[in-house]
This record gives sequence, C-alpha cells and structure tokens, in this order.
Amino acid sequence: MSSQANRTSRTLITVWTVAVIVFLYLPMIAVVLASFSRQRYFRFPIPRWTTEWYTRTLESLSVRDLLWTSLSVAALVTVLSVVLAFFGALAFARYDWKGRKVYQRLVLLPIFFPQAVLGLALLLWFSVLGVTTSWQTAVFAHMIWIVPIVILIMSIQVYSFDPALEEAAFDLGATRWQVLREVTLPVLAPGIVSGAIFAFLLSWGNFPLSLFTTGADQTVPEWLYSKMVSGYTPMVPTLGSLTMSGAAVFILVIYLAWLAVAARRRRQMTAPDD
Amino acid sequence: MSASRHDRVSWLRQPGVLAALPAAIFLLLGFAGPLAMVFGYSFMPPKTFSLMQPPTVENYISVFTDSYYISFTWSVTLAAITVLLLFPICYPIAYGMAKLFGKWATLVTVLVAVPLLISENIRLFGWVLVLVKNGIADGSLQTLFGVSMSGLLYSVPAIVLGLVYVYLPFMLFPLVIGISMIPDTLKEAASDLGASRWQIFREIELPLAMPGILIGGILTFILALGSLAESKILGGQAIVMIADDIESSFTFAQNWPKGAVLSVLLIALSGIIVYALFRRIDLDQIIGRR
Repeated sequence: MSSQANRTSRTLITVWTVAVIVFLYLPMIAVVLASFSRQRYFRFPIPRWTTEWYTRTLESLSVRDLLWTSLSVAALVTVLSVVLAFFGALAFARYDWKGRKVYQRLVLLPIFFPQAVLGLALLLWFSVLGVTTSWQTAVFAHMIWIVPIVILIMSIQVYSFDPALEEAAFDLGATRWQVLREVTLPVLAPGIVSGAIFAFLLSWGNFPLSLFTTGADQTVPEWLYSKMVSGYTPMVPTLGSLTMSGAAVFILVIYLAWLAVAARRRRQMTAPDD
Repeated sequence: MSASRHDRVSWLRQPGVLAALPAAIFLLLGFAGPLAMVFGYSFMPPKTFSLMQPPTVENYISVFTDSYYISFTWSVTLAAITVLLLFPICYPIAYGMAKLFGKWATLVTVLVAVPLLISENIRLFGWVLVLVKNGIADGSLQTLFGVSMSGLLYSVPAIVLGLVYVYLPFMLFPLVIGISMIPDTLKEAASDLGASRWQIFREIELPLAMPGILIGGILTFILALGSLAESKILGGQAIVMIADDIESSFTFAQNWPKGAVLSVLLIALSGIIVYALFRRIDLDQIIGRR
C-alpha cells in the first residue's frame, strides 16, 4: 500500500519535473521557430519557411560589431573575475580569520541587489568621477555582480579542499608560490573552470548592467532589446537563436572536455604501476 | 597603544585577510562607493547634479506625498505573488532532485541551469512570440479549436509569468540544498511512529529545509522586486514597476535626487529583508555542508 503510494507520488513528481523543464525551454523554441519564418511579423503556424534571415544576419557588419563588443566584455570579465574570485574564495572558505563571517555576508550583497538599480548607480558614479562610459566600464559593472557569484561557486570547491595538502608541501620545503602553483591551483581546478564558465556566460547574456554602462558601445542583448521595443526585424530571433546556439556549443564543448579529463584521470588511477 | 597597532598589523598579515583584500577593495570601489553616492544624492535639492549643495529632505517628502506608492505597491505585490507561486512549483522538483532522481538529478540541474546562461531578453522575447496575437498560443488554439486568445500579452498576468519563469532556478536550487539537509532516517522514524505524510512535511521537512526555503524565497522576492525587463517586455504599458520609475528619474527626467530617493527606499526594503535572513542562517553550513 505504502510502496504503491510512493510509486504514484514518484511518477507525479517526475511528470511535473518534465513539464516544468518543457516550460523553461518553450520560449527558446519559439525564438528558433521565429528565426525560420519568412514573414516580417511572426505568425503561428508558420506559413512559409526561410533561412534568409541567417544569411542577412551573418553578413551584417553591425552584427559583427555587436558580437565583437559582447565577446570582448565577456572575455575580460572572465579573466579578471576568476583572478579576484580565486583569492576571494580562499578568504571565504579556506582560511580561518577574524572578520570572515562579516566578509562572507558583505561580499554576497551584490548578488542580492537589483541589477538595474546597480547599473544606474554606476552610471552616476562614472559620470561623477568623469569616466566616459564604454565597453570597458561595462566590464567593471559586470564584475561587481559576477565576482561575488564566482566566489560563491569556487567556495563550494574550496570547502572540500584539505589544508593538510598545502601544509605537507610547505613541510617538504616548497615556497608559497610553488604551493599555489603545484598544489592549490590543480586541486581547485574544477571550481575555477566552473567559475570561469559562469562568469563568461553571465556576462555574455547580461542586459540590465550593460544597458546603463556601455555608453556608445552596444552589446548583443542591448541591441536585441532596442529592436524589440522599436524597429522590429526578424534578425532579432535570428541573432537570438545564434547566441543561444553559441552558448549551447560552448557548454557542450566544456562538458565533453570534462568527460575526457575525468576518463584520463580514471585511467591514471587504475594504472597497473599504482 | 603600540600593542593595538601591533594587533592590527598581525591581523592584516593573516593569509585570509590578504586573500580577501583584492575582492574587498574592488567591491568597495564599485559597490559601496556608488551606493554611498546615491545615498548622498538623495539629500540634494531636486534636479541638481552636484553633491556639494546643503542637504535637504525635500525629495523624501515629495516622494512620499506623490503617487510613487503605486509603483512600490505593484512591485511588492508582484514579487510576493512570484514567491508564492514559485514555492509550490519548485518544491516537488527540489524534493525529487534531492531524494528521488539519483543520477538523473545532475541532468535536471543542467537543464534548469542552462537557461540562466542565456540572456533574459531573448527568453522573455520567446514569451512574446508565444503570447502575441497570432503567436504560438493564439495560433495553436485557432488551428486546433477555432478559438482566438489574443490579448494575453501586455497584461499583469504576463508579467507574473515572466517573473516566475526567469526566477524559477533561484527558488529551485536553494530548495534542493535545503531539502538535501533532511536526514532520511528522521522521516522513516516519524513514519514508523505513525505520522501522516502531511505531519512529516510540516513537522520534519519544513523546519529542517527552512534555511534553503528562506534563501530561495528571499532571493526570488528581492530579484523580482527590482526587476525591469519583465514589465517592459511582457507588460508593455500595463503597469509601472519601481525600477521603471527609478530609471526614468535618472534618465529622461534628469532628476538624480529623486531617482536616488527611490533607489534608497528600494535598497532599504531589500536590505532589511536580507539582513533578517543573514542573521538566521550559517553560510558555512549551507555551502560547505560542514
């Protein structure tokens, strides 16, 4: 009786989960469908299909500028955030120091902060300081939000880090730099990689911070928004689909690389000379 | 005197302090600084761009006597509705991920996390295509049943849909962490002692999963409270939310002090809630499972 009830609730939960996942992907499927529609304004069911918008989008020079700006911002944000957050995560989770509890809370505050308001506050900040906004100021703005997130992601890995490994290396005469390079970094590598992936994609897709801090430059999400509001063109769903597939390919490549590394490690672990 | 200076120097030389410094200085410059400045502007005379005027509370008075309570009320109401809808939507999934799905839980995690990495704009635009007249919902209904459902878009329910959709992972993942903190043995013991399913949920699951529930609820509430894109893309001109008012004061109206007052009020409201949360939870325990 009870196992019967368990099986029913298990089925219900599974069905519900699948339904919610479909709900999560429905709008993205809609965007992809719209990108293949010939009509200037979207109709469903789609009367006539075309790939013309893809040719036009890929040939457009302004789209190339947008992609280049978004890519530059995301790449720079990733590198700088990972460095700052690496040390931040050590302070968050590895070392015991007076003031750590306060630091943990303060450093997470930007995640709990409305991004649009943060973007506007930064716009004022730059203007008061006399800094002209451009894609570089957007890098700064993205990092305020992304560094705390990367610290959080890396901390999960750092918590499981055994400090005895570092101490053993010190005892064997390694310098601080050697310990960092030979022990700490390799052990924490998975956390660093996942932090970097999140940093890149969150910056790539960010809209509220970019909106107020890029000045005359424009990122892909900003352009998409401006065209949604006025001057709609089917290049909106097309560029949307292209950036979505870009993100998907990026995640897939990293996932496959991950599997390859894991497989190699497993082979090394089970090597006969071990 | 010299002893306390010595203390300070030795505090600074701890590895934890050294590691904390880069991010701390960066956030001081890019987060604390701008916020302090916004706070300063909220006391400047209306429509001024200098921080050197004699301070005044004029802006606070004019905000409280003006009709800004409308956009504040909309934001708070919609944020509350979002949380109340997200909890029952996410709880069964989180329960499944923490207790039932086993190795499939990773797949569900990935499938829920991937949309987070795609611009909110594109995903909300997808909902426009679903809800718009002759769009996917309307078009399917017309083809299948011959009924038309236009007018779904640019309404309050459309905004709520957008908020629920965008912030779902921020409720789900904390819930998963919260529920995985419940030991199975406790539930078995309660069940052996004759507790009903509802009693187990109320007396065991809810209290033990409370840190996760609180984080999820507060995170989604605050994010929805300050949201901008959902009401702009899916709401059209249906309602004005507080972030809209802040944006227009800072941009079109060029009234920085008024925008600053509205920001301060929004920040204060969020800040009180986050402070109450942080007092009740231990981050080491939740993130590090120690």
